[in-house]
Amino acid sequence: MPALGADMDAGTLVEWMVKPGDAVKRGQVVAVVETQKGAVEVEIWESGTVDRILVEPHTKVPVGTVLATVRTAGEPAAPVAPQPAPAAAPIAAPAPDALASRPRVAPAARKRAEELGIDINTVRPARAGDVVTRADVERAAAAPPAAPAAAEEDWRVPMRRAIAAAMSRSKREIPHYYLATDIDAAAVLDWLAAENLKRPVAERLLPVVPFMKAVALALKEVPELNGFWIDGAFRPAPAVHLGMAIAMRSGGLVAPAIHDADGKSLGQLMADLRDLITRVRSGRLRSSEMTDPTVTLTSLGEQGVEEVFGVIYPPQVALVGLGKVTERPWAAGGTVTVRKVLTATLSADHRASDGHRGALFLAALARLLQNPEKLN
Amino acid sequence: MFFFRACAMAEMTREQIKAVVFDVLGAIAPELDAAAIAPDKPLREQVDIDSFDFLNVVIRLHERLGVDIPEKDYGELLTLDGAIEYLSGRLAERAGRPRL
Repeated sequence: MPALGADMDAGTLVEWMVKPGDAVKRGQVVAVVETQKGAVEVEIWESGTVDRILVEPHTKVPVGTVLATVRTAGEPAAPVAPQPAPAAAPIAAPAPDALASRPRVAPAARKRAEELGIDINTVRPARAGDVVTRADVERAAAAPPAAPAAAEEDWRVPMRRAIAAAMSRSKREIPHYYLATDIDAAAVLDWLAAENLKRPVAERLLPVVPFMKAVALALKEVPELNGFWIDGAFRPAPAVHLGMAIAMRSGGLVAPAIHDADGKSLGQLMADLRDLITRVRSGRLRSSEMTDPTVTLTSLGEQGVEEVFGVIYPPQVALVGLGKVTERPWAAGGTVTVRKVLTATLSADHRASDGHRGALFLAALARLLQNPEKLN
Repeated sequence: MFFFRACAMAEMTREQIKAVVFDVLGAIAPELDAAAIAPDKPLREQVDIDSFDFLNVVIRLHERLGVDIPEKDYGELLTLDGAIEYLSGRLAERAGRPRL
């Protein structure tokens, strides 16, 4: 059972996608595990043949429990060290949620629930995956009063608990320092407008995409912000796996990874982001996306605020925040003009880096954004 | 204006366009209650959609209506009334009639 979140101590095996005798390849999804924050697809870390399944579906087991054994090429059929994914290393990301268990709600059902005075979030559809209808609400209202355990099923309860645990640990253990800088966004936004004119509508880039690339490249220049603080020491990560903080409809958030963000084109980053947000909001995340972000980026978008100072997700050592773009007076070369400006912030772990290095990161970010054509 | 309306009617009525807009919005924000939307107030104050959702709205409208909405026109889609006005104008334009 891999650790799929900083404070996950157990998980429920929901479903096996393989059976004994099946050939498996590294990276293949082999099982689905239910965590505090929802269903996650677990990938295998070794290629070989499934030997034995040791944990049956619907069983809750502690992190580190051997779920199955796999024979690698040439190995005899015998119990072998399995894949409790190296994810057991505490490189964890905000776990995803009860996506699968969070049903959509029809407006009429919501209204009926209000009339009947029941919490719509406790109502389940007749069939998993369906929309909650008026009939479901009425059925729920007619059912005997819910035992306290039923309240546990509200996906938001474990989600909040998981966020609470991770964020409390962060504030307890990580000596944060915070930096902010205003960045002239005119060049990147002008470039983006011209670029999007050339692209078909389905391939347009969101404004956050060039910022993602610039953050990833700036982290290569200041590597002590990219990695993990584990057992009293900083462990730099060789790749930049950008954890994207993604809000879930009706509350909660997750920050799964976009892998190797520094080496991807903007088109590829947009495609990856689209895939990730879509799966956060309607599907399932994969174990590797949850376990290996090396840094987190939060962008509050144009509806948001001007600056955000985030709480680092342990054991990561930095969180980059982007506020909304606003027109502000901008002094340069002795004159004041009105420019499109945004405030970029850095929350960083003082055990792993100092303010000077953090400042160099924000300066690199601002510099990279002045030459947007080079980001592509 | 009368002329414009008559042309748009031949293509797709405002009610039909409105139905498509609600269909597209509802697929993205299932909690949307169409009856509660004030047509002259900003949609994003009434429906919880972010920039990613909004881009998906633009993509779906393009798929459903065949209207390409350039980024510079996003401001026309702020309210329900504005969106219907804009889309019927673009549909009439596509049909080869001047946009009035």
